[in-house]
Formats: sequence, C-alpha cells, structure tokens
Amino acid sequence: MPDAIAVQDLTRRFGDFVAVDRVSFAVATGEIFGFLGPNGAGKTTTIKMLTGLLHPSDGTAYVAGFDVADETEALKRNIGYMSQLFSLYADLTVEENIQLFAGLYGVTGPRLAARRDWVLEMAELTEHRTRLTADLPLGWKQRLALGCAVLHEPPILFLDEPTSGVDPVSRRHFWDLIYALAEEGTTVLVTTHYMEEAEYCNRLALMNRGRLIALDRPAALKAQMTDPILEVATDDAPKAIEALQHVPEIVEAGMYGRALHVMVTDEAAARASIQRTLAGAGRRVEHITVIPPSLEDVFVALVRRGGGAVVG
Amino acid sequence: MEAAVSVQNLSRRFGAVEAVRALSFDVAPGELFGVVGPDGAGKTTTLRMLAGVMRPTAGDALLHGVSVASDPEGVKTHIAYMSQRFGLYTDLTVEENLDFYADLYRVPRAERPARYERLYRFSALGQFRDRLAGQLSGGMKQKLGLSCALVHEPEILLLDEPTFGVDPISRRDLWLIVHEMVAHGMTTIVSTAYLDEAERCDRVALLYEGRLMALDTPAALQRLAGPFIVKVRTARPRVARDVLRGVREVRQAAVFGDDVHVVLDDPERDAPVIDRALAGAGIPVLHEERAEPSLEDVFITLVTRGGEHA
Repeated sequence: MPDAIAVQDLTRRFGDFVAVDRVSFAVATGEIFGFLGPNGAGKTTTIKMLTGLLHPSDGTAYVAGFDVADETEALKRNIGYMSQLFSLYADLTVEENIQLFAGLYGVTGPRLAARRDWVLEMAELTEHRTRLTADLPLGWKQRLALGCAVLHEPPILFLDEPTSGVDPVSRRHFWDLIYALAEEGTTVLVTTHYMEEAEYCNRLALMNRGRLIALDRPAALKAQMTDPILEVATDDAPKAIEALQHVPEIVEAGMYGRALHVMVTDEAAARASIQRTLAGAGRRVEHITVIPPSLEDVFVALVRRGGGAVVG
Repeated sequence: MEAAVSVQNLSRRFGAVEAVRALSFDVAPGELFGVVGPDGAGKTTTLRMLAGVMRPTAGDALLHGVSVASDPEGVKTHIAYMSQRFGLYTDLTVEENLDFYADLYRVPRAERPARYERLYRFSALGQFRDRLAGQLSGGMKQKLGLSCALVHEPEILLLDEPTFGVDPISRRDLWLIVHEMVAHGMTTIVSTAYLDEAERCDRVALLYEGRLMALDTPAALQRLAGPFIVKVRTARPRVARDVLRGVREVRQAAVFGDDVHVVLDDPERDAPVIDRALAGAGIPVLHEERAEPSLEDVFITLVTRGGEHA
C-alpha cells in the first residue's frame, strides 16, 4: 500500500529565512502521527503546505496521492481538518452545523442523510440534535467538530490540539473515536504542544529550527534518551542548584516542585559527585532516585541538543 | 502557623449555573498550591474571587487575613494576579512595561534596578529589554506578564493557567520562575488544566464541575488509583482494550498508541487477569510493564466512581 503522506525534502523559504528545511517523512495508511515542536519550529508552515494552503519552495509532498504543489483543489476535498478553536457555529443547532458542513463539502442527497446519522451516532448526539451548539459541554462540541471534519469521509484527517482543556474522561472518549477511524483506514496527523495528547500517537515527529530532529514511537523516543534523570531531594533546592553548577557529570539541572531534576551523563559517577558536592555545601540530601523520563523531558533534551529553540 | 490563604465555603453562581460550589481549603505560607481541573471546572472563577476582582455569591476567602468579600481592594496589595489575558502594552518595550507596573504599584525608583535584574535573570528577558512587547513570542509574553505581576514583590502569587497555549520549552521556563519564587518563600496558587503539571505542586486541589473532588499531595493522590497500572502492548490494541473492558477486575482500560493502560481494582491480586483474558481472546502479549498511575488515571477513577459520567 502506498504511504498516505509522503514528504521528501520539503522546504519553504520566506526571503532569506528557511522556515522548513528539507524535511522528509512518510505516514502509513491508518497511522496516527504526532507532530511536535516549539513555536517557530516550522510545524505550522509544514502543515500549511500539506493542506495546500502554502506552496513549497522546494521538495515534494503527496497527501492521499495528491501533489500538494499543484493538485490543491483535489487535495482539499480529501482532507478533514479540526482545531481546538473549531469552526462550529454556536448559534446553530447540532443538526444545522452538520448540514452546513455538508454543504461546504458537497455532501448531498441520500449520502447526506446517511452521513448525518453516522455523525450523530458517532458523537452520541442523536438525542441532542436540535440543541444549540453553544449549550453543549466542551467534550460534546469536540465530538461534533470531529464529526463535521470527517463528514465527507476524507482519507486524511488533520487535528490541531484537538482535546486541549477537556477533562480526561472526555479526552479518552474522543481518542477512542480517533482509534476507530484509524482502524477503518483514516490516516491522522496531530499537531500539539501537549504531551498528554502526544502519548496517544503511534509515532511522533519532532521539529526544531525548521528541521526534523527525531521521529519514532513514543516509547522508543523515551528509551533512546540515554542520559539518566535523577531526582534529588534536599533541604533547600535553590541553594542546592547553585552548589551543583559546576559538577561535570550534570548536563542540566532544574527545580521540580521542592526537588531537583538533574540530567546526568553517568549515573554512578553523578550520584557520588552530587552527594559530595552537596555535603560540602552544607546541604542535607534526603534522597537521589532515578526517574523515568517523561515525553516532555525527551522533547526538551532533543531541542536543547539541537541548539535550543528559537527565542524572542 | 496562620494560613496565608483561607478559603471558606467560597461559592459563585452565574444565574442558574453554580460555577464554584462551597470550596473550602487552607494554603500555608510559602506553599505551592495547584488548582487543577478541566475547562469549566471553576478554576478561573475561583482565582478571580481570590484576587478580589469578582465577588463571591456566598462564602469568603481571607488572604493574609483580609477578606475578599468585604475588602477586595485591601486584598490587592498583598497579591500578584496573572490572568490568562494579562494586560501587556504591546507598543511599549519590555522594560517600559515593567516601569508601568512599577509605577502602578508605587515601587520606589531606587529599588527598581535590582528588582528588574532579578526578574531578567529568571525570565531571560534582559536581552530583549528594548524590544516591543508586541513583537515577543507567546511564551516570552507570558514571562513578561509574570515579571510585571511580580514587580511589587507581593506575598501571594495567583496564576491562572500560565502555561495555556505555551510550547513545552517556554512552559518549562515559566515553571522555573514559579519554582524560584516559591523557593524564596512566596505563597503561590496556580491553576492548570494539564494534570501532569500538578506533580510540581506541594498540594493539589482537583476541581470538577465547581466542586472539590480531592485535595492532597500529588503522591497521595496518585495512590488513589492504586500502587501501579499495567501497560500492555499487543498487535491489536483496540481489540485488547475491548476484551479488558469486559473483565470484572478492570477498572479502566484505555489505548495509548500501541499500548493499553489498565487500572485494576487491586493490582497485586488482579495483575494475572490481564494475561488470562488476552490469552483467552487469542491476543498475544508482546510486552507488559508496571507503571506509576498518572493523575489522569486518578481523575478518571474519581469521576467514574462518583458515577457522574456516562
């Protein structure tokens, strides 16, 4: 089966500035693919190119088999898009919103009736079809927005921070729907800042400074983080962090609540150095424990290794 | 020791909607206190009442002994409050914004250079002191907002979802500033919709639909979902999830990528039921490991136990 999304050396320049720099990746049909990166990393520019809103300066990208450079009309009919700031009309009812999106996507006649019923059932809103969208809880609105985004049965679905702010019960419910769509062959590309959403993806691509700096399964990204992280609990975190400034085995140290999280090169050597240094500075060490890296730890470490995020 | 913040039956109604329902809790001096819950849980309304910018419809809160119900203006000298839409002047530079807030709070001129230096050190904004605030990135704007809120060195810091919409790198930097303030003794109440951030707090109030669902240290809250959860990897995660949801001892089963996360009634006793159920359904287990429950697991356990959610 050909890849649902195939990107090769995709590049976008704005004058002298290279916003996206020779990015290549492929997404398999039915895959849930996460796209992460700090602000200014080139994530939005990439998505704009993949959805036909922005012309690439160089390289190629095929989405659902269409060339994003010159088949933009066909491309737009074959993708769905949903963002946190979704485009539902608050003063229309549930059913009217579905009707409106059907009109936009050219879904008519018997297909419209079938698709409307499907969306209502999928979003569990059949009994609430005549309610104003404004009156629905956030989690329900998100399911309706998802339904509207896939009303025309696009093979590719783009989600931009789809569940930011919802309660975990609604979020899991939402993702159950996404997994069901993926199983039926919809390919899903998710952009997000939130690791709570990223954890749901099959694979994650991380961008920084216009480049793709990592691409793997979430568990593999965590496993490839070779520098261990130690939690160091002391009687005074700010003084401890100051004392530890010149310990050679420490890559990075930061406060985390009352404790310190310290990334080190060699666990045994670092433990000894930290103990010694803190004792010398008159600090009491309560414990030093290895902690598993979070996806955010991995993200921050990779971005810093790649020269840090663009600031300003 | 007297509480820095004492909340007593604090309530707020908007027409028929009870946004905050009889909240009571105390925050100790120097504590980093999290108010955590999804959108609509009442976090912003609570913080607004504590900041003296919204009147409670019932109950009260004392900040350093000053009542928000009867002396909302008096509260303001003790606090810094940063709302999600903190008022920065986009056509003023970084330093001019600091000057503006320093004037507003009557910070003596002689003290300003030292305070600014300290804030610049935390925020890394020093190199941008002459840049217009409007030309800063979202994360930098948040840091400037926080710096402005802190310029009068208040005893209590109230932060309403400071990391909303901020990327993970800036998010870490913001927390660094908060931890610095707390380390220097400032009482801090911070709200967030992101449960993973709650782990940074000394104690956490979990809010849901205006009510306090739980209040404890993050470690104690985690134990509410049991000593561990089980992560099971199979080739067919959705099918595995459906099989596991049919098992009596399984409290929750949810797909995360290739894994299913399983919360059990009694993990030590019930762990074998997972393998048995999947073997019975003909689904080979590729990998299995125990992990600490997250606060998300706790939240779901509490909400579903209450039978609130369908």
